[in-house]
Amino acid sequence: MKKTIVLGTLAAVGLTAGMASAGTLDDVKAKGELACGVSTGLVGFAAPDANGEWAGFDVSVCRAVAAAVLGDPTAIKFVPLTGKTRFTALASGEVDVLARNTTWTFSRDVDLKFTFVGVNYYDGQGFMVPKALGVSSATELDGATICIQTGTTTELNLADYFRSNGMSYEPVPIETNAESQQNYLAGACDVYTTDASGLAATRATFENPDDHMLLPEIVSKEPLGPLVRHGDDQWGDIVRWTLNALITAEELGVTSANLAEKSAGTDNPEINRLLGSEGNLGEMLGLDAAWAARAIAAGGNYGEIFEANIGESTAIGLSRGLNAQWTQGGLIYSPPFR
Amino acid sequence: MSNLSYVRTEMLQEQAPPVTQTGIVMWLRENMFSSIGNSILTIVSGVLIYMVLASIVPWFWQSSWTAHSLGECREAIAHTYGEGTEGACFSVITERYNQLLFGFYPSELYWRPILAFVLLLLATAPVLFPAIPSKYLGFSALYPFAGFWLIWGGSLWVPLAAIFGFALAYAAAVYLPKVIGSLGSVIAAILLPLIWWIGLSGSVADGLQNVVPLAIQSVDSINIGGFTLSVMIGITGITLSLPIGILLALGRQSNLFVVKTICVGFIEFIRGVPLITLLFVASTLLNYFMPPGTSFDLILRVMIMVTLFASAYMAEVIRGGLAALPKGQYEAADALGLDYWKATRLIIMPQALKISIPNIVSNFIGLFKDTTLVSIIGLMDPIGLSTAIRANQEWNGIVWELFAFIALLFWIVCFSMSRYSMYLERKLKTGH
Repeated sequence: MKKTIVLGTLAAVGLTAGMASAGTLDDVKAKGELACGVSTGLVGFAAPDANGEWAGFDVSVCRAVAAAVLGDPTAIKFVPLTGKTRFTALASGEVDVLARNTTWTFSRDVDLKFTFVGVNYYDGQGFMVPKALGVSSATELDGATICIQTGTTTELNLADYFRSNGMSYEPVPIETNAESQQNYLAGACDVYTTDASGLAATRATFENPDDHMLLPEIVSKEPLGPLVRHGDDQWGDIVRWTLNALITAEELGVTSANLAEKSAGTDNPEINRLLGSEGNLGEMLGLDAAWAARAIAAGGNYGEIFEANIGESTAIGLSRGLNAQWTQGGLIYSPPFR
Repeated sequence: MSNLSYVRTEMLQEQAPPVTQTGIVMWLRENMFSSIGNSILTIVSGVLIYMVLASIVPWFWQSSWTAHSLGECREAIAHTYGEGTEGACFSVITERYNQLLFGFYPSELYWRPILAFVLLLLATAPVLFPAIPSKYLGFSALYPFAGFWLIWGGSLWVPLAAIFGFALAYAAAVYLPKVIGSLGSVIAAILLPLIWWIGLSGSVADGLQNVVPLAIQSVDSINIGGFTLSVMIGITGITLSLPIGILLALGRQSNLFVVKTICVGFIEFIRGVPLITLLFVASTLLNYFMPPGTSFDLILRVMIMVTLFASAYMAEVIRGGLAALPKGQYEAADALGLDYWKATRLIIMPQALKISIPNIVSNFIGLFKDTTLVSIIGLMDPIGLSTAIRANQEWNGIVWELFAFIALLFWIVCFSMSRYSMYLERKLKTGH
């Protein structure tokens, strides 16, 4: 008798578990908010302002998804996650989408069973040195002391790079970016290395940014992108095509300024399909026709989001570089909306 | 006789003591320059203190309080105190102090954590100071539920249902011994409330809420943070770890094999594992054991883990106090014909606890400071928030000002605890 109860409970738990993971879209709609995993704080990518409102380049992806699915870019529960807790939070269902500048790697995709839905920022590891050091290339760094954050791919990339160039270095292992800044400024290391976007953001905060320079070498590939759990392809498609919609909108010249005008219908059939005045793309995705228009309305197209958060007009001042549209010589490329 | 000229007729005028035997000079001679070694020590320390102050005081003094970004701070300081001056940018505190205190708690509801904190002081007063009549202890007992309800909000029936669980335990402990014996009643007092809390209380509270809606706006855990979160975790850990620790310490000395084994196993397991590991278990592993969709609150999970951790340490501290009691005390209690619980309550525990006070309080202080570890699992305690604040372009690069403010908050609380423990030791001192 007792055994049956226990087994029955287990079965029920298993069933509800199966049901819950079957439809993230339905779950999100039922909850009325999107649980979005973000960084606990990374300049330009995710940060809460004085009112506790999150903003940033990664946050904008979540806002677009929430706008597409729920019609409200603010219907989001932001879950701040550290590098150590992010993957379990996604795997266990605590968050529906993880937009926490996570590098797309083979083992994360295959072994940890996540689906990277695309790349929203192509980053790479770079070096920052004081100009007084008189170094102009990373190949001249033989014997340097280097501040690195521990437990990241940065550490491994650095070892690879120095070994393949037959150089030696002395690592100064450091836990957080703030510590690294202090150590670098205090002269505890000659060189600070991390993702180039992070270096630019760090350099922008220095009292005399012009005394420091980024070396031209980029020693690793760090494609950053949002990811979802394996096993729910519909939800993966929604996040993937929301990101693609933002990218396509920039390519086709749809901005938050002319969105309303273009939504009414244009001569360009792809814009019409994207914004829902033609075809039934939204329906195929399980959403309504105006999903992409709402996503774009949330924060503008990809280019606008880039400019507002990390672009040249901000203090971080990143140029588009690899993250320009493919038509402009960059890598940002969305499959067609057809 | 009256004209003996060598006898003074009036008192000599009182004279000031020699300058070396009075006031600041004497104090300096006695305390600072009493020997060559002492003099060298004084001079060296003086130079060191001067060097530290010479760099800190101007930094504090030449600070900016009104800017809106680090850049503005630097401009304002350069403008006021001259180019190249290093000064603190306390503007980050004036702009973000409410976040450091309350996290992302809705600002129109700040009164709730504040009220909870004031009530906390009122509730702890009867416990801490015996001068206050003990009839207020009832309020102290109800406070935990009121405090949690104020901070989280939601239905009033949830804390009431939780209180009912304790009522069940009390009823079982008082009325059942006559029916099923004392061991049976202890077991019932533990099992009944657990069954109620895990199985029934949720649905009953929901049902009552549907019938009689009594609720205030609920606040999501994700928005609770800052020093409020530290105090919540710290106070929960402190108040629960003491009773649980006492029970564990008694259990460890028990003659019942099962009780003893469980207690020893628990204590040694928890003490053998770092707190941060337990926090990771709370934040990540527990999720795998529960069906997706059941969101057992992360803050609650952390509180439970911190409490378990602190209890194990507390048990060992109290065991130290128990071990320090002479065997005669136990024998005297037996000779008086007291049963186990009476002997423990009236004779053993008061003495053992008194011996352990310094250790208990330093455990509390350690526990309170350990709450900052939750930033590693992504909770927004003051340390976590300092990262989040620095992630804004305006404040990126600010370190010392934020940490100084957080350190000040923690110092106030920890120093008060330490002072209270000294007061308690003086008060309970019976030796002569």
